[in-house]
Amino acid sequence: MREVAILGVGQTQFGELWDRSFREIGIEAGFQALESSKLSSRDLSALYIGNMASGAFIDQEHVAPLVLDYSGLSGHHFPSVRVEAGEASGAVALAQAYLAVASGEYDFVVVGGAEKMTDVPEDRGSAISSSTMDQEWERVFGASMPALWALAARRHMIDHGTKREHFARLSVLDHENGSKNPLAHYRNKITLEQVLGANAVAEPLGMLDCAPSSDGAAAVVLGPLDRARKFTDTPIRIAASQIATDTMALMHRRDITTLDSTVLAAKRAFQRAKLQPSQIPLAEIHDSYSIAGLMALEDLGFYQKGEAGKALANGEVGIGTRLAINTSGGLKAQGQPFGAVGIAQVVEIVRQLRGEAGARQVSGATVGLAHNVGGTGATSVVHILERVN
Amino acid sequence: MSVARFWRETLRRYNLGASKCPDCETVFFPPRPVCPRCAVHRKSIAKMEPCQLSGHGKVYSYTIVHEAADGFEMQVPYVLAMVQMSEGPMLTGQIVDVEPSQVKEGLEVKASFRKLREEGEGGVIHYGYKFAPASQAPKAP
Ligand SMILES: [Zn+2]
Repeated sequence: MREVAILGVGQTQFGELWDRSFREIGIEAGFQALESSKLSSRDLSALYIGNMASGAFIDQEHVAPLVLDYSGLSGHHFPSVRVEAGEASGAVALAQAYLAVASGEYDFVVVGGAEKMTDVPEDRGSAISSSTMDQEWERVFGASMPALWALAARRHMIDHGTKREHFARLSVLDHENGSKNPLAHYRNKITLEQVLGANAVAEPLGMLDCAPSSDGAAAVVLGPLDRARKFTDTPIRIAASQIATDTMALMHRRDITTLDSTVLAAKRAFQRAKLQPSQIPLAEIHDSYSIAGLMALEDLGFYQKGEAGKALANGEVGIGTRLAINTSGGLKAQGQPFGAVGIAQVVEIVRQLRGEAGARQVSGATVGLAHNVGGTGATSVVHILERVN
Repeated sequence: MSVARFWRETLRRYNLGASKCPDCETVFFPPRPVCPRCAVHRKSIAKMEPCQLSGHGKVYSYTIVHEAADGFEMQVPYVLAMVQMSEGPMLTGQIVDVEPSQVKEGLEVKASFRKLREEGEGGVIHYGYKFAPASQAPKAP
């Protein structure tokens, strides 16, 4: 296996892009990534696309050759592969592309993630968004995604003394960072009081604990590290790329206050990268619901179980501290186009490591972590990225 | 969800039909074709034994849902819970016949046969289990 680097990144605006189609945003992100890597499309071996539910959202399956075609690349006839892993589709696509390049079979590949979620009415959208849970044994009985995360939140409060204000702080933090990201879905700041006072969705979670439905796409270009200098002055090495899984339904987990899939993906990733959680100053974590972000801080190894809430309350997490999280605005403020999330997280880490993050730049970080989750944790993916000097 | 798809799981949803591993004796709900707990779990393929849950359990976690899942709009606010059954399995379902604010961790409940939801205008009605406090006699559907 050879070392793999990210040579270029691209990302569209996230939000309600009513004037833009799925294929348009997919192409924009891909071309940006190619352009920033100085690669020609003739250099490419393959295209990978993370997408969760184009069939349900826009009645279009088989989107991998579609995006390839409208990118003007159909004449090359190279492989174009769609990957589906719920909300973790983007990171799982990246993990597949990483393996293909590491193996030596492919040299240069584009990995995109895209979702067009706002073309359907809101109730239909929430039904599609529930499709990553167990339909027969969770949804049929009245479960929604926020309700399942609320069950995890309640139990976290019972078992670990976590308080409702603790996870509410993640939404405040996301919006603070999102306000500095021109591509974010939401750029307004919010206060803790606003999060606590927002309409209840599934207690203890309220409106401002839940990430939005967004349109958006993001892309990266991968290649072998030993040929990266030809294309970029700042290659970012993929130090680890790990996927782990767990039971489909939340109720069947060993412990609903922990995502074992995240614990294991992180453990393997840290082993592979020869790093400890304490050496990571920068992370994009999957906080589709605020409580999910709090659990991630513990499951990734940054805090002991039950300690993340206090750390958040004490302001120990954020830009300017030992651990900057979700500098992009996270899922809550940057937005949540399902298939694009895992790639956008990696795009943000790359921009930070290259010193290209503008007003939200973290100083001095040379390594960062991205964490993407499918469903309520049936799939978790951890990538660790490192600046090469 | 289509009529056939819902009907297929009817027996389990109505009668709490579960399965037990002949090796480690763990009870699973819904029934599983193979035991995930045993190290050599292929031994359990086609040997899982059907069994029945009593319907008795305790609330493990709960939430009051204000924004309904699709198809449950008429029921808000409703309580969704995880219930640990006395035989071991954890189930996800609604708690009814109680003030939502009275539901707490540890509350003893009993499964009863109820209407779950209607499938849209003039659609098929789905039936299955919901839970009520065990201190109350279960009402007819
Ligand atoms: Zn067994």
